[in-house]
Amino acid sequence: MLEVKNLSMRFGGLLAVDGVSLDVQEREIVSIIGPNGAGKTTVFNCLSGFYKPTGGKVIFEGREIQGTPDYKISRLGMVRTFQHVRLFTQMTVVENLLVAQHRHLNTNMLAGLLGTPSYKEREQKALDRAAYWLERVGLLDLANRDAGNLAYGQQRRLEIARCMVTEPKLLMLDEPAAGLNPAETKELNQLIVSLKEDYNVSVVLIEHDMSLVMDISDRINVINQGKPLASGTPEEIRHNDDVIKAYLGEA
Amino acid sequence: MAANNMRHALFCAIVTLIISFPILGLSLEAKGVNITLSGAKTSTYVAIVLAAVAVFVFQTFRDTFMGALGKLPNFNPLAGREPMEQTKRVKLESWLLTGIVVFALFWPFLVSRGSVDLATLVLIYIMLALGLNVVVGLAGLLDLGYVAFYAVGAYTFALLSQYTGISFWMALPIGALLAGLTGMILGFPVLRLRGDYLAIVTLGFGEIIRILLNNWTTLTGGPNGIGGIPEPTLFGMEFGRRVKEEGNTSFHETFGIAYSGEHKVIFLYLIALVLAVITALIIRRFMRMPVGRAWEALREDEIAARSLGLSRTAVKLSAFTIGAFFAGFAGTVFASKQGFISPESFVFLESAIILAIVVLGGMGSQLGVILAAIAVTILPELAREFSEYRMLIFGAAMVLMMVWRPQGLLPVRRIQITLNKQG
Ligand SMILES: Nc1ncnc2c1ncn2[C@@H]1O[C@H](COP(=O)(O)OP(=O)(O)OP(=O)(O)O)[C@@H](O)[C@H]1O
Ligand SMILES: [Mg+2]
Repeated sequence: MLEVKNLSMRFGGLLAVDGVSLDVQEREIVSIIGPNGAGKTTVFNCLSGFYKPTGGKVIFEGREIQGTPDYKISRLGMVRTFQHVRLFTQMTVVENLLVAQHRHLNTNMLAGLLGTPSYKEREQKALDRAAYWLERVGLLDLANRDAGNLAYGQQRRLEIARCMVTEPKLLMLDEPAAGLNPAETKELNQLIVSLKEDYNVSVVLIEHDMSLVMDISDRINVINQGKPLASGTPEEIRHNDDVIKAYLGEA
Repeated sequence: MAANNMRHALFCAIVTLIISFPILGLSLEAKGVNITLSGAKTSTYVAIVLAAVAVFVFQTFRDTFMGALGKLPNFNPLAGREPMEQTKRVKLESWLLTGIVVFALFWPFLVSRGSVDLATLVLIYIMLALGLNVVVGLAGLLDLGYVAFYAVGAYTFALLSQYTGISFWMALPIGALLAGLTGMILGFPVLRLRGDYLAIVTLGFGEIIRILLNNWTTLTGGPNGIGGIPEPTLFGMEFGRRVKEEGNTSFHETFGIAYSGEHKVIFLYLIALVLAVITALIIRRFMRMPVGRAWEALREDEIAARSLGLSRTAVKLSAFTIGAFFAGFAGTVFASKQGFISPESFVFLESAIILAIVVLGGMGSQLGVILAAIAVTILPELAREFSEYRMLIFGAAMVLMMVWRPQGLLPVRRIQITLNKQG
């Protein structure tokens, strides 16, 4: 469903991403790994429309989408989380989820002011969907808290829930396990697998936690200094000499 | 340390002398064609020296003073109280709001004409502040040229009445819509700007509109302004002693009561009250609607908002347009109340005062904004004897507010939503 061909991104003299290709099939978890500064987040920024890539193609469900503005890409069904959690901190947890469902709501101002039946119905549906996902990530009791007051692990889960209420086809997670304790990481592991199995979402995952990556990925892409280094199943990657060298050899 | 302070203090005192002596101590007087330089009164010199001494003392013991200022929050009369329970506060606030409105309905019949006139002004400021609150408080866009939209509303009515003889009730929607349109047009170029840059550009826009009104003499009458703006009518009944417009009747004759100038003032007050309540209700509703949540999301984190499919253009423009719309509303009422407008009513200070109301009230909170509008408009009137020190008192009040309650009189409370547990 997602195909990336020869993607490159140049910042002035720095070629942060250089000829990266990857593809993601339906109901698949594909990971991108690589050392710090390898260009993983930059790849995400190109895919989600924050940057306009300087070269290459991004094809989502048969459409070329490179250079499409960010807010339109998410409407196509590709949403992402951020390496540093980005919540609407002064809004409540539910409100965060309602904002995300903007597209599913009746945004006609007159309908809203008059409170027409169609408006109320969609608003209620959005609330129910929010309640469902809050329950799913264990935050239902905190629904009316300010998002900024949540614990770090809870914020991470809220960010994923906020993506899921948009009913995406493809979910991009940038280091979702960063800062979580082992128990939380294990929960996250189960959640991501369930997103794939139960909700038919494809996942692109950037992660440093190797146990998580090896555990749940269907395929892994390794990039190093912006260049693709290897790709394959977890088993192949584990035994790939180039990868071992990049991670261990130079140390 | 002490020696260091001493040197610094001496330096500051000398600077004070150097600056204030030529400004206060010397005066130029025109004597026929010549200008002569003369000294000021002895008391002025004494004052200058005293000021220098005060600066010296303050700077020497600066650390002590600043330390005391830091303890100021402890004297805060409100400090150390438990915040009220959410549900209780919601109830209290809505009771209070209803109470204020009911009281406001009967109040004009009890007090003098001057007070009613002042109260009308308060209501106009409430409308303005509620509208600006959308832009600044909710959408987080610092707009320093808000008065421009107020001017558009007022001038729309003034010009239309001058050239086409339009009535207040027709002008009200037209003025508001035109102001909203102006808001949208001015919104386009500043879409990409944030924070300080946005503030500077909107400040410029405000000034451009005022200067345009001032200089386009053929249309707007320039600094002379436009007069003869009609008052509102009640179902075709005029409130003047004699009917001006053909086909209208007069209020006092219809009801067979004696003419009184107060009728007109009270009627205008009631219109302003109704409009202010409508403004508050509509904006309150907006805050619970998708568009209101989008404004806040954009304020909180623009990148996250965009990543979820919110279009920055649509969200920002809607905030500017709706904010400007209510300024146009207020402008029309203002023009009708004054009967005469000139660019002087739409200077930057107005923008600053409206912004101060929003900030004092606690960005985003409606009851707070209403209380702040009352305070900011009425306090200077009560303290007439101190009118020279008005700005000084205003500034001091702002500083104390920032020390004691940086979140404003009544910080926003989030809307609580009950969810039904799913499956
Ligand atoms: N907007 C930008 N302008 C200039 N250089 C950038 C920009 N964004 C990223 N870079 C550079 O691109 C390179 C790749 O950065 P990127 O954030 O993609 O790495 P990463 O693989 O996500 O690293 P990490 O594991 O630390 O998150 C870095 O050298 C970074 O400094
Ligand atoms: Mg990164």
